Amino acid sequence: MIPLWWYLGLSSLLFTIGAVGVFIKRNAITIFLCIELMLNAVNLSLVAMSSYFGDIGGQLFVFIVMTVAAAEAAVGLAIIISIFRNRESLNVDEADTLRF
Amino acid sequence: MEKVLFIVLAVLAIGTALNVIFQRNPLYSALSLIGTLASLSALYLTLHAQFIAAIQIVVYAGAIMVLFLFVIMLLNVPKTQPVVEKHKALGFLAIPFAGAMIAEAFYVLKTLADKKITPAFAIDTTDRAVGTTWSVGYSLFTQYLLPFEVTSVLILMAVVGAMVLARREGD
Repeated sequence: MIPLWWYLGLSSLLFTIGAVGVFIKRNAITIFLCIELMLNAVNLSLVAMSSYFGDIGGQLFVFIVMTVAAAEAAVGLAIIISIFRNRESLNVDEADTLRF
Repeated sequence: MEKVLFIVLAVLAIGTALNVIFQRNPLYSALSLIGTLASLSALYLTLHAQFIAAIQIVVYAGAIMVLFLFVIMLLNVPKTQPVVEKHKALGFLAIPFAGAMIAEAFYVLKTLADKKITPAFAIDTTDRAVGTTWSVGYSLFTQYLLPFEVTSVLILMAVVGAMVLARREGD
């Protein structure tokens, strides 16, 4: 039987990789991918807890997280497209004025 | 046997996740993330969460990642970007930050490692156990009906927002 903390350890490693990606990358799309990676890491620990303790709440929370991630991806990518149209660049350091 | 499967999937997930951040071309990063999502889906199956495993593939790898690939190809971004880009201060900060986060997580997990927790799916093996489509659907439409309905409003807002933001001026 796989111990619960293996799943939680894997989840924390994946979350750290995603967080490091946000630190070292300046490309808006790659930063977005790293955010998706962090969301998935949290989903893994929620599902692991839910399955081990027999409470369905965790899996429903993952269901809601996935819906929010889909909405966030649609709006975020629309923002990226409109920034790219105005600046011809995806570098997040150049888009720092909250208006365009 | 189970542990070998877990280790193979975990190595696959971490390897593809590292490939996401060390890849120069954002297109390859996105393709690599699909590998991470697929191995996480297999891990959900080892946790007896069949419904979540299925929607992980359909919604994440199917819908969201296709949207990402579509935008990357639409924008025609420069093919290669440096792995660690300028803005050195943030890059140097990443290493102690990562170290602190992993140390923190394993400090907490150390207390959990000694405990013997029998998973609920090893006891309850009926076809209405936690994680089956029946159990997810039943609680989604009874106890968690309000969050489910609010989700539909959120998606409507996202659709309208995305259309307004991506529209060209003057259309």
